[in-house]
Amino acid sequence: MSDTSAGTATTGDKNDERGPAPTGGEAGATAKNTAKGPDRSTDKATPSAAIADFGIDTTSQTTGEALRAYVARVRGGEFGSLPALLGLVVLLVVFSALSDSFLTLGNIANLLAQGTGTTIIAMGLVFVLLLGEIDLSAGTASGVTASVMALHLVRNGNLLSGMGTTVFYLFAAALVVAVVLALLLRVWIGAGLSAVALVIVLAGVPANPWVEMLLALCVGAAIGCITGFLVAKVGIPSFVVTLALFLAWGGVVLQFIGEGGTLGLRNDVLFAVANGNLSTAASWALFVVAAGGYAAVVLTRHFSRLRKGLVAQPTTLVAVRVGAVVVLGAAATYLLTLNRSVSNVVTISGVPYVVPIVLVLLVIGTFVLDRTRYGRHIYAVGGNKEAARRAGINVTQIRMSVFVICSSVAALGAIVYSSKVGSVDPNAGGGNTLLFAVGAAVIGGTSLFGGKGRIRDAVIGGAVLAIIQNGLGLLKQPAAVVSIVTGLVLLLAASVDALSRRRAAAAPR
Amino acid sequence: MSEPILELRGINKSFGAVHVLHDVDFTVRAGEVTALVGDNGAGKSTLVKCIAGIHPTDSGEVLFDGRQVSIHGPKDAADLGIEVVYQDLALCDNLDIVQNMFLGRERGKAGVLDEADMEQAARRTLASLSVRTVKSVRTPVAALSGGQRQTVAIAKAVLWDSKVVLLDEPTAALGVAQTRQVLDLVRRLAEQGLGVVLISHNMNDVFEVADRIACLYLGRMAAELPTKDVSHSQVVELITAGRSGDLGIARPDMAAV
Ligand SMILES: Nc1ncnc2c1ncn2[C@@H]1O[C@H](COP(=O)(O)OP(=O)(O)OP(=O)(O)O)[C@@H](O)[C@H]1O
Ligand SMILES: [Mg+2]
Repeated sequence: MSDTSAGTATTGDKNDERGPAPTGGEAGATAKNTAKGPDRSTDKATPSAAIADFGIDTTSQTTGEALRAYVARVRGGEFGSLPALLGLVVLLVVFSALSDSFLTLGNIANLLAQGTGTTIIAMGLVFVLLLGEIDLSAGTASGVTASVMALHLVRNGNLLSGMGTTVFYLFAAALVVAVVLALLLRVWIGAGLSAVALVIVLAGVPANPWVEMLLALCVGAAIGCITGFLVAKVGIPSFVVTLALFLAWGGVVLQFIGEGGTLGLRNDVLFAVANGNLSTAASWALFVVAAGGYAAVVLTRHFSRLRKGLVAQPTTLVAVRVGAVVVLGAAATYLLTLNRSVSNVVTISGVPYVVPIVLVLLVIGTFVLDRTRYGRHIYAVGGNKEAARRAGINVTQIRMSVFVICSSVAALGAIVYSSKVGSVDPNAGGGNTLLFAVGAAVIGGTSLFGGKGRIRDAVIGGAVLAIIQNGLGLLKQPAAVVSIVTGLVLLLAASVDALSRRRAAAAPR
Repeated sequence: MSEPILELRGINKSFGAVHVLHDVDFTVRAGEVTALVGDNGAGKSTLVKCIAGIHPTDSGEVLFDGRQVSIHGPKDAADLGIEVVYQDLALCDNLDIVQNMFLGRERGKAGVLDEADMEQAARRTLASLSVRTVKSVRTPVAALSGGQRQTVAIAKAVLWDSKVVLLDEPTAALGVAQTRQVLDLVRRLAEQGLGVVLISHNMNDVFEVADRIACLYLGRMAAELPTKDVSHSQVVELITAGRSGDLGIARPDMAAV
């Protein structure tokens, strides 16, 4: 191998340079250079020469090389979102062949709104899954936030009468506990949001759709503080903690809403979240901001990397990717601004609100995971907890915080799915909600073993599940078939995940 | 003899009922390589982890630059300028080389990472270590060979402006040429005025680079001597029996309890 010969070559000049044992100031001066900075190699050759003859010179590749490298990675077990994207295409083809109504504009828009609740919960779950943990309570926890939101709306802010005195004080006490636990582990955002929930609840702030949504989010954060503390500090396995809480929160929802009861969300703003559409002008504005922003960010970053001589993808590939996003975005925007109403009396058109909602969460989540120190630490803890601890990362804090994020984001999911049906019943967030959300993340390519996954996996996986449910529904398949097919798809995704790990482990070292 | 940069006095450490370190005194001098030797399970890695703040010590004191310090966690050690290459490397497989090298100390403003800066610094450090076999600094560590990972772990430790570098069997997975490079690096670090601790089972390496040799025997410091004052066979005897002539602990047979 070439490394041996190259290594031997350096050995020669390094030996010369060792010389007599120096301890004086001069050596100290070189020391600083050698410890850092580009002048490191001046004692051997010019820096550029050193970097050039140093093996790492593949900062840029041709498109062909990049594609070959990608194929090699996939063969090595790094599938990423590829299986889910392929599955998405297959499902689209199959269902549009089998059902006339599948590829209609009305159905597509409906499908988006149907899948969004689960998808958003899945986005929060990605953070937990990245640590190799699981949050089985995210579904019923989202149900709790939905029921508090509905109760607050229906009782015009008077939760004391809505819940009954005992339950109300227990609820407030739980919020206080959440604040304290978050402060203990210094998860500031969790403490802040839980405190806001406490204020809204105690002050009896009158009903207002925006306050309701904020309340749901904050109650979600408070729930996450409690889960996170039990997992991260007390050290109970997340599977057990969240299984217990899954049952407990299901009971809490029932208590808040009452057996057989339903709380209607009679409010235009809350109803519009999942059922409203942007105007045509706003739809196009969204397209310009989203696609333009994406293009600007990706291209600026790409050319700045090229300029600085950093590892970068081939320009052609980047351009193709940006072009594809812009064209697809434009096409989707155009189609969604057409009238999709089946009756002649009303017109329904415009991009549904759920699209910008998911996009915003996608952008924020991706930014946090890819660009911030916090996100890097999440991957590190998920990859090797002990290495992260030795690197000085506060592992306990990171582990608690992901549960806060998961439950808070699940609350946002709850707002969307409650808005879709226009009411909250005792089953809110129960049943298959959580399993579908976990399924969405895993199908999209997030590993159950931790350390691998991205926010967009949740969106892709969520789309796969939404299409399966919607398509089978259109084909008049009974619920049994829908469940079985969904289960099999999840099994398939988990197998792909396990297989990819096996392949990666077997890859040559 | 140069100034002690790091001094341990009477360090004790137990894991539950197992008393691993007994009243260990250990000195690291600036500008010198101190080899820490001892049999498997003697407590070398444990001692290093105590210095690095991974394990809390039960008793004993730590002096850094003459001042008494308390190291409560890896951050404290890093802030003092103590860097460690762990025996198990402590790398995150799912992160790439750059991300691993800056783990826990990422550069950037207000929590937002400055990838360009980190990538350039990582490349310079690796270039200075003459790592020729890695294709890209953006390769995930999972895809590296054992020796390459070891090199990354070493690069991670020398990236910082540190005062003391502890290397726990850094050449264990390395080929002939890479071992040579690491030994040269160890020497160079000492020449730059750093205190270097090298743990190794290879006596040739130890005698080649070390200025002083410290020998642990069943968790006790058997001897701490200048390399020139001892012979190969004496060190081997110290390692295996805790005693060699008038060197070593008085009653090694009692130490086993
Ligand atoms: N985390 C731990 N919990 C319990 N016992 C431990 C732990 N770490 C180390 N030990 C024990 O401490 C003793 C010393 O271990 P240590 O790893 O320090 O040895 P070492 O000198 O580094 O050996 P080697 O040359 O094999 O690396 C061993 O008996 C080991 O079983
Ligand atoms: Mg060891």
